[in-house]
Amino acid sequence: MSFRWDVIWRELPQFGLGLANSAWLSTVAMTLSLLLGPWLALPLVSRRPVVRRASRAVVDVARCVPFLLLAYFVYFALPALGVRLDKWTASLVTLTVYNTAYIAEIVRGAWAQLPAGQTEAARAVGFTGFRLVRRIVLPQIALAAGPVFGNQLIQLIKDSAFLSIITVPELTYAANAVQSFYFVPFESFAVATLLYWALCAGVEQVVRWSEGRAQRIRYGA
Amino acid sequence: MLRWATLLDLLHGAGTTLLISLLAIALGVPLGLGISLARARRVPVLGTLCAVYSSFVRASPVVLFVMFVFFGLPALGLSLSPYAAAVAALALNTAAFNAEIWRAAILDVPRGQLDAARAMGMTGGVTFRRIVFPQIWRMSLPALVSEMTLLIKASPAIAVIGVVDLTRKARQVAAVTYAPLPPFFAAMVLYAVTLMLLVVAARGLERRVRARYAL
Repeated sequence: MSFRWDVIWRELPQFGLGLANSAWLSTVAMTLSLLLGPWLALPLVSRRPVVRRASRAVVDVARCVPFLLLAYFVYFALPALGVRLDKWTASLVTLTVYNTAYIAEIVRGAWAQLPAGQTEAARAVGFTGFRLVRRIVLPQIALAAGPVFGNQLIQLIKDSAFLSIITVPELTYAANAVQSFYFVPFESFAVATLLYWALCAGVEQVVRWSEGRAQRIRYGA
Repeated sequence: MLRWATLLDLLHGAGTTLLISLLAIALGVPLGLGISLARARRVPVLGTLCAVYSSFVRASPVVLFVMFVFFGLPALGLSLSPYAAAVAALALNTAAFNAEIWRAAILDVPRGQLDAARAMGMTGGVTFRRIVFPQIWRMSLPALVSEMTLLIKASPAIAVIGVVDLTRKARQVAAVTYAPLPPFFAAMVLYAVTLMLLVVAARGLERRVRARYAL
């Protein structure tokens, strides 16, 4: 049992590239989801039962599908419907669609926690529709649900590892490429685990920092 | 459309997914409890090891973890068959998350109860069996079930070591028939039905637990 860490050291650029790809794919998908999620949350809190129930069903089913199955669907089944995406676009679409369902549910949950009196007060001073959501509801959801969004980003980073199966060169793919080329499975996967751990720890640190800021914004310094 | 033989094929894949997930849950839930106890009791060395293990496993993707167990552990002299590696990897993975759930519940048990149990002359083991465990399993149930659904959704990762689960089967059927839509839709329905049955069953169990123990 002799480990060959020198191989890992030499192949570090490949790990770095994989890490960078994992990080940007997750970050871009998360940003898109945060922009799209609230729109999907609107029908979830609609006053019309038909709209509410239909959107509820869509979000629930979407959250029951394994990430890999959705990735297969986007990459292999959409071409049958005439939509052909390269693997990067397919990855981003899968990550974003999958994550948006979760974000919408988080936004709905945080929305339900807001005191009803606030919305009523806002209506009383003349806020309506879109402006009410944008100026009163969303800023509070962003402050309240920050840590939950952070956990979701970590989940997204881990889900993105499935993309290695459709040969996207992210971190897990890089680790597997190095291990099968040099036959250094233990070293290679250990380093990849360490890098994922560092990435998730980084996200947690950012969340903790922004949580402190959110507290100050909400309750004053 | 979907032929009968293909559907049977998919159901076979679903059976593999269910069997491996259930085995992983059956091993992972008690293992998680063990890890959480080692941490809560501050067992020297073992407690620290469990904390480190928990931290790394919770940050690593299931795909990577499955490959680590199957390809990486033989370097430490532990070779497993693909099926055994799949069960072991999923169980070890879910155990780390279960440990956090158990730990939160254990830390929630009022200190006074433990002191009272000791005053009554109960040993550590008896206190755990008679006082702590009956409370924490009821508290942990909802979170444990939600972790089970996450495990089932992560289970397609075992395809990377050649185990043909439902997702892999759907992909194979799609490749053979050149009609990807029916098998993928069928697989989605099977996953959705399985998870919803699990959630409904858990809700029923929770309701009965609440009714019985008046929580």
